[in-house]
Amino acid sequence: MSDRSHLRLVVLGVLIISLVGTLMARLFYLQLVVGDEYAAQAASNTTREVITPAVRGLILDQRGRPLVANRTSLVVSVDRNALTREPDEGLAVLDRLAEALGVSRESIEQKLMPCGSEGAPPLPVCWDGSPYQPVPIAKDVATETALSIMERRTDFPGVTAQLAAVREYPGPFEANVAHILGYVGPVTQEQLDTQGDSTDPARLRARDLVGRNGLEAQYDAQLRGIPGITTLAVDQVGRVTGTVSESEAVAGNYVVTNIDAHLQSVVETALSDAVERAREDGELADTGAAVVVDVRTGAVLAMASYPTYDPQLWVGGISTRDYDRLLRDRALSSTVTQGTYAPGSTFKAVTTVAAAREGYDLGGTYPCPADYTVGSQRFRNFESSGFGPITLQRALEVSCNTVFYRIADEMWLKGGGLYAPQGAPDPIAETASAFRMGEATGIDLPNEASGLISGRNEKLRVWEQRRDQWCSDAKEGYSQLREENPKLAEYYTALAKENCLDGFRWRNGDAINASIGQGDTSITPLQLAMTYAAIANGGTVYQPQVAKAVLSSRGEVVQEFSPTVRAEVPAPEGTFEFLRTAMTGVTAEGTGRFPFEGFPLDEIPIASKTGSAQVFSDNSTTAWFASFAPADDPQYAVVMMVTRGGTGAVTAGPGVRAIYDAIFGVVDGVVDPTRSVLIGGAPSRTLPIVRPDGTPITPEAPR
Amino acid sequence: MSVSESASTRRFIGARQEGRQSYWRRLDWLLLGSALLLSVGSSVFVWSASRSDLAGDDPQYFLNRHLVNIVIGLVLAFVVSRLDYRLLRAYSPVIYGLAIIGILLVYTPLGTTIAGARAWVQVPGGFTLQPSEFAKVAIVLILAVILAEKRDAEAEPRDRDVALALGLAAIPIGLVLLQNDTGTVLIMCTIVITMVAVSGARTRWVAGLLVGGATAAVVAWQLGLVKDYQIARLTSFVNPDEAASTAAYNANQARIAIGGGGMWGRGLFQGPQTQGNFVPVNESDFIFTVIGEEAGFVGAAITIILLSIVLWRGMRIAMGAGELYGRLVAAGVVAWLAFQTFENIGMNLGIMPITGVPLPFVSYGGTSMFASWIALGLLENVRLHREQQP
Repeated sequence: MSDRSHLRLVVLGVLIISLVGTLMARLFYLQLVVGDEYAAQAASNTTREVITPAVRGLILDQRGRPLVANRTSLVVSVDRNALTREPDEGLAVLDRLAEALGVSRESIEQKLMPCGSEGAPPLPVCWDGSPYQPVPIAKDVATETALSIMERRTDFPGVTAQLAAVREYPGPFEANVAHILGYVGPVTQEQLDTQGDSTDPARLRARDLVGRNGLEAQYDAQLRGIPGITTLAVDQVGRVTGTVSESEAVAGNYVVTNIDAHLQSVVETALSDAVERAREDGELADTGAAVVVDVRTGAVLAMASYPTYDPQLWVGGISTRDYDRLLRDRALSSTVTQGTYAPGSTFKAVTTVAAAREGYDLGGTYPCPADYTVGSQRFRNFESSGFGPITLQRALEVSCNTVFYRIADEMWLKGGGLYAPQGAPDPIAETASAFRMGEATGIDLPNEASGLISGRNEKLRVWEQRRDQWCSDAKEGYSQLREENPKLAEYYTALAKENCLDGFRWRNGDAINASIGQGDTSITPLQLAMTYAAIANGGTVYQPQVAKAVLSSRGEVVQEFSPTVRAEVPAPEGTFEFLRTAMTGVTAEGTGRFPFEGFPLDEIPIASKTGSAQVFSDNSTTAWFASFAPADDPQYAVVMMVTRGGTGAVTAGPGVRAIYDAIFGVVDGVVDPTRSVLIGGAPSRTLPIVRPDGTPITPEAPR
Repeated sequence: MSVSESASTRRFIGARQEGRQSYWRRLDWLLLGSALLLSVGSSVFVWSASRSDLAGDDPQYFLNRHLVNIVIGLVLAFVVSRLDYRLLRAYSPVIYGLAIIGILLVYTPLGTTIAGARAWVQVPGGFTLQPSEFAKVAIVLILAVILAEKRDAEAEPRDRDVALALGLAAIPIGLVLLQNDTGTVLIMCTIVITMVAVSGARTRWVAGLLVGGATAAVVAWQLGLVKDYQIARLTSFVNPDEAASTAAYNANQARIAIGGGGMWGRGLFQGPQTQGNFVPVNESDFIFTVIGEEAGFVGAAITIILLSIVLWRGMRIAMGAGELYGRLVAAGVVAWLAFQTFENIGMNLGIMPITGVPLPFVSYGGTSMFASWIALGLLENVRLHREQQP
């Protein structure tokens, strides 16, 4: 055999060695150098999650009547990513879609715009859900319309019509309940980002709807439920080869509220009637609030805010037009929990407690002149009438300001007067704080306002905040204004100088204003209701509570909310008894008498206090009527308020009367508990029953 | 092989009796052991890859058939290793002729198309055979006869012999090419070039074949002789992330599987890519993917090492062959196994185009398994023949 043959065999051997070496090197690289990357790819490759959305829990009233339920709706959604792939950015598709749905193309475009992008409408019209998620643009689409869209797939790329569970508002007794219930909207990218890489099965996912306001937001975690997740092993063509894990969807829990739908309906009507009444009297009466709480527990039995809106508007996304209207009407926020107002004379009850704590004789006699002068300032009675020396009860009954002015002035002086050191006593503000006024009540609704109580500390705080501005204004001397009106500029400069130098000083004029709920004091109607509830129950300040319990969708009790005591108001023996008596007198023979003409006060004594708080900015008055009943065994506190509404007795009083009529079953002056809107004449003491299939048993649809 | 009372058969029996005492001792046990370890060891991976393929049916169906194939392969190797050279040389034209007929059978109604290649023949009993596998054996044998003809001691084959050899090889290669079995064509060409080279033929032949082969590939490409899917298969490894084509998908999934195996692998039956059937024909062409995923770098490297031992022992047998015929047979077999191994593992690792060639001794598939063991039998035969020489 030739050497050439041998040589060529050697070459073959070398070639084979290099081939094997190549394979080994490649194997080493794939498995040990970049292996982790491939391992991750393999993991994502082989399983697919199929998600069955959980049915959102219902919200029930205290008798089990659904306030929020679910129904299915044909929802048309648009995938923005598919649109951008169209030659004209999808304009033709949107035109066709607008025609099919009978809306304008602009209205669809507005809903498609991501919030914050140029020209986007404000929340919640704009899209703030996940950018990869189809945007719902129409709900309750007619079946024929949906079918015609789905049949013409090529005309409607990226458009889908699907059956989706949407919120439904059965509205028992025509109750609206909008501000309590809130609404749901698509989960925001921000919410998804904040939960990070959570593996919790209950975590939010891109297509989820979450509560955006009211109870829907407050109890979102309970209502949402846990989606069912089936993890399937799939092969390369997407064929299912097995089930890796499976979990069933757990329907969201039910929230049982303390709200009684029937009473709620009465309260809503009473409030809108009060507004109507004020308007007939020529008042603007733009907003109003009404609330009924159980003084023994803090349970919120009814709560209405005027103006309101139809919660149905939010289902499937709200339109710009609707949203603008709601904003213009200021219908979105709750006047009960989110608006703060000067309480006016209703605050005198607090001043009375302060006086008692400072040792004033509640049974004593006090002069009630037509006006009270402090230095150069004269503080007048409401209608500038004097009553001579009167008892404190009478002072409350006729709402004599000057009696409380004098008391406030005296307490101010005793506390150190103008030059009081820091931390000097401030009985009125301290008592208001003891009732937890000027701070959020802790009600289980989001975005509650806190308000504030004017007093020494508050004034110091404001001064520290604004001192620099005042001082620079004083230095600058309002030079611009000076050219037109030197006199006014001079006055402003002097004011700024005074504020700069000793704007922190709590003057007797301040104390006098504070004693009748004016000045800087502003509180929510709910705070006033809780204060009156505390006066009624002997000084216990409860946390108002809308939710009564959480039930599972099969009816088991998950959680029951027991009353939460926020504070006990310390007051001398007999203080609250005195107030109960005195305020019963207000209704019987004082300023609160007018609305309760013909009401069987001897059977059901009502303790009340009217208020007509002056709003200096627009020279209007806020009409208040605060009350509790029965005065001898208090159960309910009812507060109604109408802004720019005239006097409390005339505007708000009849509304409160209507509410008590309904609660106690008073018809034509006769008490008939069977005619009460509350079944059995009282709030339910038990929880409603939910059948294992999820349907609640209601008084109207019994077992 | 039926036993008849022909002269050659008697010689064959005589040779067997001669070597009786020493046959087992003189075998290359390292070669046999490595191949056996590959076949038997790989059966668990065939099992792992195939047990879900027949949902509801016997999960060990493929495993059992694989084991039967190995036993048949061992018997074939035993018989082939003991065949007399003269008998082999005499029957080479017959084997060659049978191979051509086998390939032609593919075009009859018995033929079956699998994975784009019309390369299988349906045989009774539910089996399919791939005649092109046997054609490799036939090419090795017929080329060895012609290139070593008459001049075992001479310096080089005559040009006429080389031309004849090429002509004979061109027939099965052309037929297989018509079946779109690109992988087998490449292996056959490698066998031919190697054997021509080792025969000591003039350098211009070798150079001419190398250049001619490359040119043919380019021309075929340019003229569109190669069908689109063949190009897709051949080029998908260049652009693996462009998973548009099935071929690219396969290459990508294979690399995900192997890459995910890491050092020790996912464990038998635990590979997500394997168990999810993401990699196609993973009991056969892509069996290396299963080993890489479930047994990791360690298992895959052992597989390559065992195959390397087979090639190394084959090289040694070729080097030590006493005559050119034996050396040519051994060199042809080694070139065949080496290139087929490289092509198969290379496509599993994404560095070679995807052509449906099985991994010798390892892949599931009767014909391939038989051919591998016949190849091994040829190597042992050459070794035994040298030992018999005085």
